[in-house]
Amino acid sequence: MATRLTQPAPAPAAEPALSKQEVLRYSRHLIMPEVGMDGQLKLKKAKVLMVGSGGLGAPLGLYLAAAGVGRLGIVDFDTVDFTNLQRQVTFGTSDVGRKKLEAARERLSNLNPEIRFDTYETRLTSDNALEILRDYDIVVDGTDNFPTRYLVNDACVLLGKPNVYGSIFRFEGQASIFGYPGGPCYRCLYPEPPPPGLVPSCAEGGVLGVLPGIIGCIQAMETIKLIIGKGEPLVGRLLLFDALGMRFRELKLRKNPECPVCGEHPTVTKLIDYAEFCGIRGEEAPMQTAAVPEIAVKQLKQRLDRGDDLYILDVREPHEYQICNLNGHLIPLGELPRRVSELDSSREIVAHCRSGKRSAEAVEFLTKAGFRKIWNLKGGILAWSDEVDPSVPKY
Amino acid sequence: MAVKVMIPTPLRQFAGKQESVNLEAGTVGDALNALTSQFSDLKKHLYSDDGRLRSFVNVYVNDEDIRYLQREKTAVQQGDTISIVPSIAGGAKA
Repeated sequence: MATRLTQPAPAPAAEPALSKQEVLRYSRHLIMPEVGMDGQLKLKKAKVLMVGSGGLGAPLGLYLAAAGVGRLGIVDFDTVDFTNLQRQVTFGTSDVGRKKLEAARERLSNLNPEIRFDTYETRLTSDNALEILRDYDIVVDGTDNFPTRYLVNDACVLLGKPNVYGSIFRFEGQASIFGYPGGPCYRCLYPEPPPPGLVPSCAEGGVLGVLPGIIGCIQAMETIKLIIGKGEPLVGRLLLFDALGMRFRELKLRKNPECPVCGEHPTVTKLIDYAEFCGIRGEEAPMQTAAVPEIAVKQLKQRLDRGDDLYILDVREPHEYQICNLNGHLIPLGELPRRVSELDSSREIVAHCRSGKRSAEAVEFLTKAGFRKIWNLKGGILAWSDEVDPSVPKY
Repeated sequence: MAVKVMIPTPLRQFAGKQESVNLEAGTVGDALNALTSQFSDLKKHLYSDDGRLRSFVNVYVNDEDIRYLQREKTAVQQGDTISIVPSIAGGAKA
Protein backbone atom coordinates (compact mmCIF):
# COMPACT_ATOMS: atom_id res chain seq x y z
CA MET A 1 0.00 0.00 0.00
CA ALA A 2 1.85 3.03 -1.25
CA THR A 3 1.27 6.32 0.33
CA ARG A 4 0.77 8.90 -2.28
CA LEU A 5 2.79 11.89 -1.40
CA THR A 6 1.58 14.95 -3.16
CA GLN A 7 4.24 17.29 -4.31
CA PRO A 8 4.06 20.45 -2.27
CA ALA A 9 2.97 23.37 -4.45
CA PRO A 10 5.91 25.62 -5.33
CA ALA A 11 5.98 28.59 -2.98
CA PRO A 12 4.63 31.66 -4.75
CA ALA A 13 7.21 34.35 -5.43
CA ALA A 14 7.27 36.57 -2.40
CA GLU A 15 4.94 39.48 -3.16
CA PRO A 16 6.04 42.73 -1.67
CA ALA A 17 3.83 43.84 1.10
CA LEU A 18 3.61 47.24 2.70
CA SER A 19 5.01 47.68 6.16
CA LYS A 20 3.06 49.68 8.71
CA GLN A 21 5.43 52.57 8.05
CA GLU A 22 4.76 52.42 4.36
CA VAL A 23 1.01 52.25 4.86
CA LEU A 24 1.25 55.44 6.87
CA ARG A 25 3.66 57.11 4.47
CA TYR A 26 1.46 56.42 1.47
CA SER A 27 -1.88 56.83 3.21
CA ARG A 28 -2.97 59.59 0.86
CA HIS A 29 -2.50 57.17 -2.03
CA LEU A 30 -4.14 54.26 -0.28
CA ILE A 31 -7.36 56.07 0.49
CA MET A 32 -7.91 56.76 -3.20
CA PRO A 33 -9.75 53.98 -5.03
CA GLU A 34 -7.67 54.70 -8.14
CA VAL A 35 -4.53 53.70 -6.27
CA GLY A 36 -5.33 51.71 -3.14
CA MET A 37 -3.14 48.87 -1.88
CA ASP A 38 -3.03 47.34 -5.36
CA GLY A 39 -1.71 50.50 -6.93
CA GLN A 40 0.79 51.16 -4.18
CA LEU A 41 2.11 47.60 -4.43
CA LYS A 42 2.50 48.08 -8.18
CA LEU A 43 4.52 51.21 -7.44
CA LYS A 44 6.65 49.30 -4.98
CA LYS A 45 7.37 46.59 -7.53
CA ALA A 46 8.08 49.05 -10.32
CA LYS A 47 11.55 49.71 -11.67
CA VAL A 48 12.00 53.05 -13.35
CA LEU A 49 15.16 54.37 -14.97
CA MET A 50 15.70 58.10 -15.19
CA VAL A 51 18.12 59.13 -17.88
CA GLY A 52 19.43 62.48 -16.75
CA SER A 53 19.16 64.20 -13.42
CA GLY A 54 18.95 67.83 -14.42
CA GLY A 55 16.10 70.22 -14.96
CA LEU A 56 13.61 67.53 -15.90
CA GLY A 57 15.14 64.95 -13.61
CA ALA A 58 14.76 67.13 -10.52
CA PRO A 59 10.98 67.06 -10.06
CA LEU A 60 10.88 63.63 -11.67
CA GLY A 61 13.15 62.01 -9.12
CA LEU A 62 11.48 63.80 -6.23
CA TYR A 63 7.95 62.76 -7.17
CA LEU A 64 8.79 59.20 -8.17
CA ALA A 65 10.60 58.72 -4.86
CA ALA A 66 7.75 60.36 -2.98
CA ALA A 67 5.24 58.08 -4.71
CA GLY A 68 7.09 54.96 -3.62
CA VAL A 69 8.50 53.63 -6.89
CA GLY A 70 10.39 50.68 -5.47
CA ARG A 71 13.45 50.88 -7.62
CA LEU A 72 14.78 54.06 -9.17
CA GLY A 73 17.80 54.06 -11.42
CA ILE A 74 19.50 57.33 -12.39
CA VAL A 75 22.00 57.81 -15.20
CA ASP A 76 24.07 60.98 -14.99
CA PHE A 77 27.80 61.67 -15.13
CA ASP A 78 27.64 65.38 -14.47
CA THR A 79 28.66 67.57 -11.54
CA VAL A 80 26.39 70.15 -9.93
CA ASP A 81 27.18 73.56 -11.40
CA PHE A 82 26.22 76.88 -9.86
CA THR A 83 24.15 77.77 -12.92
CA ASN A 84 22.11 74.58 -12.44
CA LEU A 85 20.48 75.87 -9.25
CA GLN A 86 18.12 78.13 -11.15
CA ARG A 87 16.13 75.02 -12.10
CA GLN A 88 17.62 71.77 -10.79
CA VAL A 89 15.85 71.84 -7.46
CA THR A 90 17.08 68.49 -6.22
CA PHE A 91 20.34 70.25 -5.45
CA GLY A 92 21.33 72.94 -3.01
CA THR A 93 24.06 75.55 -2.97
CA SER A 94 26.20 73.30 -0.81
CA ASP A 95 26.07 70.62 -3.50
CA VAL A 96 27.91 72.73 -6.09
CA GLY A 97 30.92 70.75 -7.22
CA ARG A 98 29.52 67.40 -6.10
CA LYS A 99 28.56 64.63 -8.46
CA LYS A 100 24.88 64.94 -9.33
CA LEU A 101 24.28 61.27 -8.60
CA GLU A 102 25.68 61.56 -5.11
CA ALA A 103 23.68 64.69 -4.32
CA ALA A 104 20.50 63.23 -5.85
CA ARG A 105 20.83 59.97 -3.99
CA GLU A 106 21.22 61.81 -0.71
CA ARG A 107 18.24 64.07 -1.29
CA LEU A 108 15.94 61.36 -2.61
CA SER A 109 16.94 58.83 0.08
CA ASN A 110 16.14 61.41 2.70
CA LEU A 111 12.74 61.96 1.12
CA ASN A 112 12.06 58.24 0.96
CA PRO A 113 14.48 55.71 2.48
CA GLU A 114 12.25 52.83 1.31
CA ILE A 115 13.37 53.26 -2.29
CA ARG A 116 16.23 51.29 -3.79
CA PHE A 117 18.43 53.70 -5.79
CA ASP A 118 20.80 52.48 -8.43
CA THR A 119 23.12 55.05 -9.89
CA TYR A 120 25.02 54.85 -13.15
CA GLU A 121 27.75 57.43 -13.33
CA THR A 122 28.35 57.18 -17.02
CA ARG A 123 27.36 58.67 -20.29
CA LEU A 124 24.70 56.52 -21.86
CA THR A 125 26.17 55.08 -25.07
CA SER A 126 25.37 52.47 -27.67
CA ASP A 127 27.76 50.17 -25.82
CA ASN A 128 26.04 50.31 -22.44
CA ALA A 129 22.44 51.39 -23.09
CA LEU A 130 20.86 47.99 -23.62
CA GLU A 131 22.62 46.58 -20.58
CA ILE A 132 21.59 49.44 -18.31
CA LEU A 133 18.00 49.69 -19.52
CA ARG A 134 17.33 45.99 -19.55
CA ASP A 135 16.43 45.63 -15.88
CA TYR A 136 13.85 48.38 -15.81
CA ASP A 137 10.15 48.52 -16.68
CA ILE A 138 9.91 52.13 -17.74
CA VAL A 139 12.50 54.62 -18.94
CA VAL A 140 12.07 58.36 -18.47
CA ASP A 141 14.02 60.57 -20.82
CA GLY A 142 15.26 63.69 -19.09
CA THR A 143 18.26 64.28 -21.28
CA ASP A 144 19.55 67.44 -22.78
CA ASN A 145 20.79 66.54 -26.24
CA PHE A 146 19.56 64.96 -29.44
CA PRO A 147 21.99 62.05 -29.79
CA THR A 148 20.99 60.67 -26.37
CA ARG A 149 17.30 61.12 -27.12
CA TYR A 150 17.61 59.02 -30.24
CA LEU A 151 19.71 56.48 -28.36
CA VAL A 152 17.15 56.18 -25.55
CA ASN A 153 14.35 55.90 -28.05
CA ASP A 154 15.95 53.19 -30.11
CA ALA A 155 17.06 51.22 -27.05
CA CYS A 156 13.54 51.37 -25.61
CA VAL A 157 11.97 50.17 -28.84
CA LEU A 158 14.49 47.36 -29.17
CA LEU A 159 13.86 46.30 -25.57
CA GLY A 160 10.10 46.88 -25.69
CA LYS A 161 10.05 49.43 -22.90
CA PRO A 162 7.93 52.59 -22.73
CA ASN A 163 9.90 55.82 -22.90
CA VAL A 164 8.28 58.73 -21.07
CA TYR A 165 9.49 61.71 -23.04
CA GLY A 166 9.72 65.36 -22.04
CA SER A 167 11.62 68.23 -23.54
CA ILE A 168 11.84 71.96 -23.12
CA PHE A 169 13.06 75.14 -24.69
CA ARG A 170 12.77 78.57 -23.12
CA PHE A 171 9.04 78.78 -22.49
CA GLU A 172 7.79 75.73 -24.34
CA GLY A 173 7.64 72.11 -23.42
CA GLN A 174 6.66 68.85 -25.01
CA ALA A 175 5.64 65.56 -23.41
CA SER A 176 4.58 62.19 -24.69
CA ILE A 177 5.08 58.47 -24.22
CA PHE A 178 7.07 56.71 -26.91
CA GLY A 179 7.76 53.05 -27.38
CA TYR A 180 4.54 51.85 -25.81
CA PRO A 181 3.39 48.61 -27.48
CA GLY A 182 1.39 49.63 -30.54
CA GLY A 183 2.27 53.29 -30.11
CA PRO A 184 4.65 55.57 -31.99
CA CYS A 185 8.28 56.12 -31.10
CA TYR A 186 10.37 59.31 -31.16
CA ARG A 187 11.51 58.59 -34.70
CA CYS A 188 7.89 58.37 -35.88
CA LEU A 189 7.65 62.01 -34.87
CA TYR A 190 11.14 63.18 -35.79
CA PRO A 191 12.88 60.77 -38.16
CA GLU A 192 15.97 62.96 -38.20
CA PRO A 193 17.61 65.33 -35.78
CA PRO A 194 18.29 68.95 -36.63
CA PRO A 195 21.84 69.69 -37.73
CA PRO A 196 23.96 70.87 -34.80
CA GLY A 197 23.71 74.59 -34.22
CA LEU A 198 20.30 75.02 -35.80
CA VAL A 199 18.33 74.52 -32.57
CA PRO A 200 19.80 76.43 -29.63
CA SER A 201 20.33 74.77 -26.24
CA CYS A 202 19.44 76.16 -22.79
CA ALA A 203 22.96 77.46 -22.38
CA GLU A 204 22.50 79.47 -25.54
CA GLY A 205 18.78 80.19 -25.54
CA GLY A 206 18.10 80.24 -21.81
CA VAL A 207 15.18 78.57 -20.05
CA LEU A 208 12.68 79.68 -17.46
CA GLY A 209 13.72 77.53 -14.49
CA VAL A 210 10.27 76.37 -13.55
CA LEU A 211 9.49 75.11 -17.07
CA PRO A 212 11.40 71.82 -16.77
CA GLY A 213 9.79 71.63 -13.33
CA ILE A 214 6.35 71.51 -14.94
CA ILE A 215 7.33 69.11 -17.72
CA GLY A 216 9.28 66.87 -15.34
CA CYS A 217 6.19 66.67 -13.11
CA ILE A 218 4.12 65.71 -16.12
CA GLN A 219 6.62 62.96 -16.86
CA ALA A 220 6.38 61.75 -13.27
CA MET A 221 2.60 61.78 -13.50
CA GLU A 222 2.61 59.76 -16.72
CA THR A 223 5.07 57.27 -15.26
CA ILE A 224 2.91 56.72 -12.21
CA LYS A 225 -0.20 56.34 -14.38
CA LEU A 226 1.56 53.71 -16.46
CA ILE A 227 2.57 51.83 -13.34
CA ILE A 228 -0.83 51.80 -11.68
CA GLY A 229 -2.60 51.39 -15.01
CA LYS A 230 -5.05 54.23 -14.53
CA GLY A 231 -6.11 57.22 -16.60
CA GLU A 232 -5.24 57.95 -20.22
CA PRO A 233 -1.53 57.96 -20.94
CA LEU A 234 0.08 60.27 -23.48
CA VAL A 235 0.52 57.42 -25.95
CA GLY A 236 -0.05 58.70 -29.46
CA ARG A 237 -0.43 62.21 -28.07
CA LEU A 238 2.05 65.05 -28.14
CA LEU A 239 1.34 67.47 -25.34
CA LEU A 240 2.56 70.98 -26.11
CA PHE A 241 2.87 73.46 -23.32
CA ASP A 242 3.25 77.21 -23.84
CA ALA A 243 4.20 78.70 -20.50
CA LEU A 244 3.88 82.33 -21.50
CA GLY A 245 0.34 81.90 -22.77
CA MET A 246 -0.31 79.23 -20.11
CA ARG A 247 -1.86 76.98 -22.73
CA PHE A 248 -1.76 73.26 -23.25
CA ARG A 249 -2.38 71.90 -26.73
CA GLU A 250 -2.37 68.41 -28.01
CA LEU A 251 -1.41 66.94 -31.35
CA LYS A 252 -2.06 63.42 -32.59
CA LEU A 253 0.98 61.25 -32.94
CA ARG A 254 0.70 58.30 -35.26
CA LYS A 255 2.88 55.26 -35.43
CA ASN A 256 4.69 55.48 -38.73
CA PRO A 257 4.40 52.11 -40.51
CA GLU A 258 7.66 52.96 -42.28
CA CYS A 259 9.52 53.95 -39.12
CA PRO A 260 13.06 52.58 -39.37
CA VAL A 261 12.98 51.48 -35.74
CA CYS A 262 9.43 50.56 -34.79
CA GLY A 263 7.80 50.16 -38.18
CA GLU A 264 6.70 47.05 -39.99
CA HIS A 265 10.06 46.54 -41.66
CA PRO A 266 12.61 48.05 -39.29
CA THR A 267 16.02 48.82 -40.72
CA VAL A 268 17.53 49.81 -37.38
CA THR A 269 17.84 46.58 -35.45
CA LYS A 270 20.70 47.58 -33.24
CA LEU A 271 22.05 50.75 -31.69
CA ILE A 272 24.03 53.00 -34.00
CA ASP A 273 26.54 55.81 -33.64
CA TYR A 274 24.22 58.60 -32.54
CA ALA A 275 26.82 61.34 -32.56
CA GLU A 276 27.36 60.61 -36.21
CA PHE A 277 23.61 60.38 -36.82
CA CYS A 278 23.23 63.86 -35.35
CA GLY A 279 26.09 65.19 -37.41
CA ILE A 280 28.56 65.76 -34.62
CA ARG A 281 32.00 64.38 -35.24
CA GLY A 282 34.04 63.48 -32.16
CA GLU A 283 34.41 66.05 -29.39
CA GLU A 284 32.99 69.48 -30.04
CA ALA A 285 35.55 71.26 -32.16
CA PRO A 286 36.04 74.95 -31.47
CA MET A 287 34.05 77.01 -33.92
CA GLN A 288 35.72 76.97 -37.26
CA THR A 289 35.60 80.63 -38.14
CA ALA A 290 38.25 81.92 -40.47
CA ALA A 291 41.10 83.14 -38.25
CA VAL A 292 40.20 86.66 -37.25
CA PRO A 293 42.61 89.21 -35.81
CA GLU A 294 42.43 89.00 -32.03
CA ILE A 295 43.37 90.99 -29.00
CA ALA A 296 43.73 89.48 -25.55
CA VAL A 297 41.88 91.11 -22.64
CA LYS A 298 45.11 92.07 -20.87
CA GLN A 299 46.40 93.72 -24.02
CA LEU A 300 43.15 95.67 -24.35
CA LYS A 301 43.46 96.82 -20.74
CA GLN A 302 47.03 97.97 -21.33
CA ARG A 303 46.07 99.92 -24.44
CA LEU A 304 43.11 101.56 -22.76
CA ASP A 305 45.22 102.49 -19.73
CA ARG A 306 47.73 104.03 -22.10
CA GLY A 307 44.99 106.24 -23.47
CA ASP A 308 44.82 104.66 -26.93
CA ASP A 309 41.78 105.76 -28.91
CA LEU A 310 39.97 102.44 -29.24
CA TYR A 311 36.32 102.04 -30.18
CA ILE A 312 34.71 99.22 -28.24
CA LEU A 313 31.93 97.51 -30.17
CA ASP A 314 29.65 95.27 -28.11
CA VAL A 315 27.68 92.84 -30.29
CA ARG A 316 25.58 91.28 -27.53
CA GLU A 317 21.87 91.78 -26.85
CA PRO A 318 20.47 94.70 -24.81
CA HIS A 319 19.52 92.47 -21.88
CA GLU A 320 23.11 91.23 -21.69
CA TYR A 321 24.43 94.79 -21.69
CA GLN A 322 22.35 95.38 -18.58
CA ILE A 323 24.06 92.52 -16.75
CA CYS A 324 27.53 93.89 -17.34
CA ASN A 325 29.36 95.82 -20.00
CA LEU A 326 32.65 97.45 -20.91
CA ASN A 327 30.97 100.74 -21.83
CA GLY A 328 31.03 99.59 -25.41
CA HIS A 329 28.83 100.81 -28.21
CA LEU A 330 26.03 98.26 -28.47
CA ILE A 331 25.05 96.89 -31.88
CA PRO A 332 23.58 93.37 -31.52
CA LEU A 333 25.15 90.99 -34.01
CA GLY A 334 21.88 90.47 -35.87
CA GLU A 335 21.59 94.23 -36.47
CA LEU A 336 25.16 94.77 -37.59
CA PRO A 337 24.54 94.53 -41.35
CA ARG A 338 21.83 97.19 -41.07
CA ARG A 339 23.80 99.50 -38.77
CA VAL A 340 27.31 99.17 -40.11
CA SER A 341 27.21 102.85 -41.14
CA GLU A 342 27.35 103.74 -37.45
CA LEU A 343 30.94 102.52 -37.42
CA ASP A 344 33.92 104.54 -38.52
CA SER A 345 36.36 102.32 -40.37
CA SER A 346 39.18 104.80 -39.85
CA ARG A 347 39.15 104.08 -36.12
CA GLU A 348 40.61 101.08 -34.35
CA ILE A 349 37.71 98.89 -33.30
CA VAL A 350 37.67 96.07 -30.75
CA ALA A 351 34.57 93.90 -31.01
CA HIS A 352 33.46 91.85 -28.03
CA CYS A 353 30.61 89.65 -26.88
CA ARG A 354 30.24 87.25 -23.97
CA SER A 355 32.75 84.59 -24.86
CA GLY A 356 34.27 85.71 -28.15
CA LYS A 357 32.20 83.65 -30.60
CA ARG A 358 29.70 86.19 -31.79
CA SER A 359 32.28 88.95 -31.91
CA ALA A 360 34.49 86.72 -34.10
CA GLU A 361 31.61 86.55 -36.56
CA ALA A 362 31.25 90.32 -36.34
CA VAL A 363 34.94 90.83 -37.12
CA GLU A 364 34.70 88.42 -40.04
CA PHE A 365 31.71 90.30 -41.40
CA LEU A 366 33.27 93.74 -40.94
CA THR A 367 36.55 92.62 -42.48
CA LYS A 368 34.63 91.51 -45.56
CA ALA A 369 32.91 94.89 -45.51
CA GLY A 370 36.32 96.56 -45.81
CA PHE A 371 37.23 97.33 -42.20
CA ARG A 372 40.98 96.96 -41.68
CA LYS A 373 41.54 98.06 -38.09
CA ILE A 374 39.35 95.59 -36.27
CA TRP A 375 40.07 92.94 -33.62
CA ASN A 376 38.11 90.35 -31.78
CA LEU A 377 38.38 90.40 -27.98
CA LYS A 378 39.51 86.86 -27.29
CA GLY A 379 37.37 85.20 -24.61
CA GLY A 380 34.95 88.11 -24.47
CA ILE A 381 33.68 89.73 -21.33
CA LEU A 382 34.06 86.42 -19.50
CA ALA A 383 37.81 86.57 -20.01
CA TRP A 384 37.79 90.24 -18.95
CA SER A 385 36.15 89.19 -15.69
CA ASP A 386 38.61 86.33 -15.19
CA GLU A 387 41.80 88.19 -15.99
CA VAL A 388 41.28 91.92 -15.69
CA ASP A 389 38.36 92.90 -13.48
CA PRO A 390 36.79 90.22 -11.28
CA SER A 391 34.08 92.64 -10.19
CA VAL A 392 32.45 92.16 -13.58
CA PRO A 393 29.77 89.48 -13.10
CA LYS A 394 29.91 86.39 -15.26
CA TYR A 395 26.75 84.89 -16.65
CA MET B 1 -9.40 80.70 -46.19
CA ALA B 2 -8.21 82.62 -43.16
CA VAL B 3 -5.93 80.39 -41.14
CA LYS B 4 -3.69 80.88 -38.14
CA VAL B 5 -0.13 79.61 -38.22
CA MET B 6 1.38 78.93 -34.77
CA ILE B 7 5.07 79.81 -34.60
CA PRO B 8 7.09 77.74 -32.13
CA THR B 9 9.38 79.55 -29.69
CA PRO B 10 12.69 78.70 -31.40
CA LEU B 11 11.44 80.27 -34.64
CA ARG B 12 9.68 83.36 -33.29
CA GLN B 13 12.83 85.46 -33.63
CA PHE B 14 12.57 84.95 -37.40
CA ALA B 15 8.87 85.82 -37.52
CA GLY B 16 8.93 89.26 -35.99
CA LYS B 17 8.71 87.71 -32.48
CA GLN B 18 5.08 86.74 -33.10
CA GLU B 19 3.59 83.58 -31.62
CA SER B 20 1.11 83.25 -34.45
CA VAL B 21 0.52 84.76 -37.87
CA ASN B 22 -2.83 85.06 -39.64
CA LEU B 23 -2.78 84.27 -43.33
CA GLU B 24 -5.00 83.55 -46.31
CA ALA B 25 -4.37 80.17 -47.89
CA GLY B 26 -6.07 77.28 -49.62
CA THR B 27 -3.58 74.60 -48.69
CA VAL B 28 -0.87 74.07 -46.12
CA GLY B 29 1.71 74.65 -48.85
CA ASP B 30 0.12 78.00 -49.69
CA ALA B 31 0.17 79.01 -46.05
CA LEU B 32 3.84 78.10 -45.62
CA ASN B 33 4.75 79.93 -48.81
CA ALA B 34 2.89 83.00 -47.66
CA LEU B 35 4.66 82.73 -44.31
CA THR B 36 8.15 82.42 -45.76
CA SER B 37 7.44 85.21 -48.25
CA GLN B 38 6.53 87.45 -45.38
CA PHE B 39 9.44 86.25 -43.21
CA SER B 40 12.26 85.16 -45.47
CA ASP B 41 14.56 84.22 -42.56
CA LEU B 42 12.12 81.47 -41.67
CA LYS B 43 12.66 79.73 -44.93
CA LYS B 44 16.00 78.11 -44.21
CA HIS B 45 14.73 76.86 -40.85
CA LEU B 46 11.69 75.24 -42.40
CA TYR B 47 13.05 74.12 -45.74
CA SER B 48 16.25 72.44 -46.82
CA ASP B 49 18.14 73.62 -49.90
CA ASP B 50 16.20 71.29 -52.17
CA GLY B 51 12.93 72.91 -51.20
CA ARG B 52 11.66 70.11 -48.97
CA LEU B 53 10.25 70.61 -45.52
CA ARG B 54 12.95 69.73 -43.00
CA SER B 55 12.40 66.38 -41.34
CA PHE B 56 12.85 67.70 -37.81
CA VAL B 57 10.00 70.12 -38.38
CA ASN B 58 6.49 68.73 -38.28
CA VAL B 59 3.45 70.55 -39.54
CA TYR B 60 -0.05 69.95 -38.24
CA VAL B 61 -3.45 71.12 -39.37
CA ASN B 62 -5.43 71.35 -36.15
CA ASP B 63 -4.23 68.18 -34.42
CA GLU B 64 -3.34 66.06 -37.46
CA ASP B 65 0.15 65.63 -38.87
CA ILE B 66 0.15 66.60 -42.56
CA ARG B 67 2.31 63.57 -43.35
CA TYR B 68 -0.82 61.52 -42.75
CA LEU B 69 -3.02 63.87 -44.70
CA GLN B 70 -2.01 65.22 -48.09
CA ARG B 71 1.22 66.83 -46.90
CA GLU B 72 1.57 70.35 -48.32
CA LYS B 73 -1.44 69.77 -50.55
CA THR B 74 -3.68 69.37 -47.51
CA ALA B 75 -6.60 71.73 -47.93
CA VAL B 76 -7.36 74.09 -45.07
CA GLN B 77 -10.71 75.34 -43.85
CA GLN B 78 -11.67 78.71 -42.52
CA GLY B 79 -10.37 79.07 -38.99
CA ASP B 80 -7.97 76.12 -39.11
CA THR B 81 -4.81 76.27 -37.07
CA ILE B 82 -1.54 75.23 -38.68
CA SER B 83 1.13 74.32 -36.12
CA ILE B 84 4.83 74.15 -36.79
CA VAL B 85 6.43 71.77 -34.29
CA PRO B 86 10.22 71.47 -34.38
CA SER B 87 12.15 69.04 -32.24
CA ILE B 88 13.60 70.54 -29.06
CA ALA B 89 15.94 68.98 -26.60
CA GLY B 90 16.82 71.73 -24.12
CA GLY B 91 19.99 71.51 -22.09
CA ALA B 92 23.45 71.13 -23.44
CA LYS B 93 24.95 72.45 -26.63
CA ALA B 94 24.08 70.00 -29.40
